[in-house]
Amino acid sequence: MTRDDIKDLILEIIKDIDEDADFTTLQSELPLRDQLDLDSMDFLDIVMELRKRHKLQIPEEDYPQLASLDSCVNYLEPMLKNA
Amino acid sequence: MDYKQQRIVITGVGLAAPGADNLKDFREQLLAGTSKIKEIDLRYFGPAPAGICTFDETRYRKKKENKRGTRAGCLGVYCSHEALADAALDIDFYKRSRIGVYVGLTEHGTVETENEIFNISQFNYDVKYWTHHHNPRTVLNNPAGEITMSLGITGPHYAIGAACAAGNASLIQGVQMLRLGEVDMALAGGISESTGSFGIFASFKAQGALGEAEDPRMACRPFDMARNGIVVSEGACIYVLERLEKALERGAKIYGEIVGYCINSDARDFVLPYDKRQAECIQQALERAGLKPCDIDIINTHATGTRQGDIEECKAIRQVFGEAPSTYINNTKSIIGHAMGAAGVLELAGNLPAFEDNKVHPTINITNLDPECALPNMVINKPVKLSSVSTILNNSFGMVGINSVIIVKKYVE
Repeated sequence: MTRDDIKDLILEIIKDIDEDADFTTLQSELPLRDQLDLDSMDFLDIVMELRKRHKLQIPEEDYPQLASLDSCVNYLEPMLKNA
Repeated sequence: MDYKQQRIVITGVGLAAPGADNLKDFREQLLAGTSKIKEIDLRYFGPAPAGICTFDETRYRKKKENKRGTRAGCLGVYCSHEALADAALDIDFYKRSRIGVYVGLTEHGTVETENEIFNISQFNYDVKYWTHHHNPRTVLNNPAGEITMSLGITGPHYAIGAACAAGNASLIQGVQMLRLGEVDMALAGGISESTGSFGIFASFKAQGALGEAEDPRMACRPFDMARNGIVVSEGACIYVLERLEKALERGAKIYGEIVGYCINSDARDFVLPYDKRQAECIQQALERAGLKPCDIDIINTHATGTRQGDIEECKAIRQVFGEAPSTYINNTKSIIGHAMGAAGVLELAGNLPAFEDNKVHPTINITNLDPECALPNMVINKPVKLSSVSTILNNSFGMVGINSVIIVKKYVE
């Protein structure tokens, strides 16, 4: 997966969680939580979807790596390079 | 003030039933005797007649919240907001910490658990795929809690589990909590999401108690010789309950006053009903209301369309009412199916407008009345107009031997 593919994947998962989510002003370097209606349970949904879709097991200590779109991409890129 | 002297009134009704999403439409549906029972297809089980509610699920909360919560929560939130709107009650009229939410449930968590087991079956039953939403969705206070979150109510909220008497039991709880001074306003009623559970259908089927018919609208037929069981429906009904003086102070419309109630137990069998205890329950409610059988204008029966259930209830009514010539009898399930935890309150709500229109809605699907259920003044297939209606007695019974009766009186200044 390319970095853009990973970005699209995360946005697609967020859209599944909240189909009213508006990405038009989303800044990829800023925390998703500050810009979208997401809470800790939603982040667990993101973790679960990554597990279901790509069999990724993300350890709890790495959850902060999913804070922003950019950090998600940075963290997931090595795991999904062959996906 | 002696708590027994406090008069508790219904000032708002919010509902979702198979065929209606508000009381006005519901009343019209019941008077017309129009069933919206349809065939649904259940996972593992296959087709079965059922009652499904259609309502504006996003009128009061976002899709995201509906997705995170439960169907029961979604129904409860809708009905609670509708009840407050119907009561023309600004929620800040009362302190939010002095509002109680009491929700009757036959069961809860069954649907969510079945869904999750199906989910992990797609992943070779690896429990790592079990959702983190499972616990907050399946705790018994979930539907009541979702209501408090939606309305910012900080008073008590909890569920009343009383099988299919749960709706009535919650209404009674609301009355009691108001009389005890625990709360100043109550949102009380019942909710059922049971149509989402194949297990509930399969269990009734295994018991030989699942209603079936070529035309699903004919599947629920209490008191008819051709009845063959229960039609499972989803539904919800939430009432605004207030003390009479507060309701009068704010000029509220008053649907009726809850003047009598009783809950008792058969202490006998897991599933079989018992006329003697039902009769005692009715008698006790009448005594509490200070009424005689001949004072009751309408008995809204619990009968679900099972042979023994229908007959036992009719025996109980005969024991108390004898040949009471001015008491009329009807059944709402014949039109909407059995909304389980919501049944009692939903059926009562459908009859409350009788205080205004003086009509008794019919029991439908009776073509060959069971002689053992042939009570005088049973309203069959067509509504009956009375000169006046001032009292309604509502029966609601449940498995493991629980009986409930509520008596509502028309409010007259």
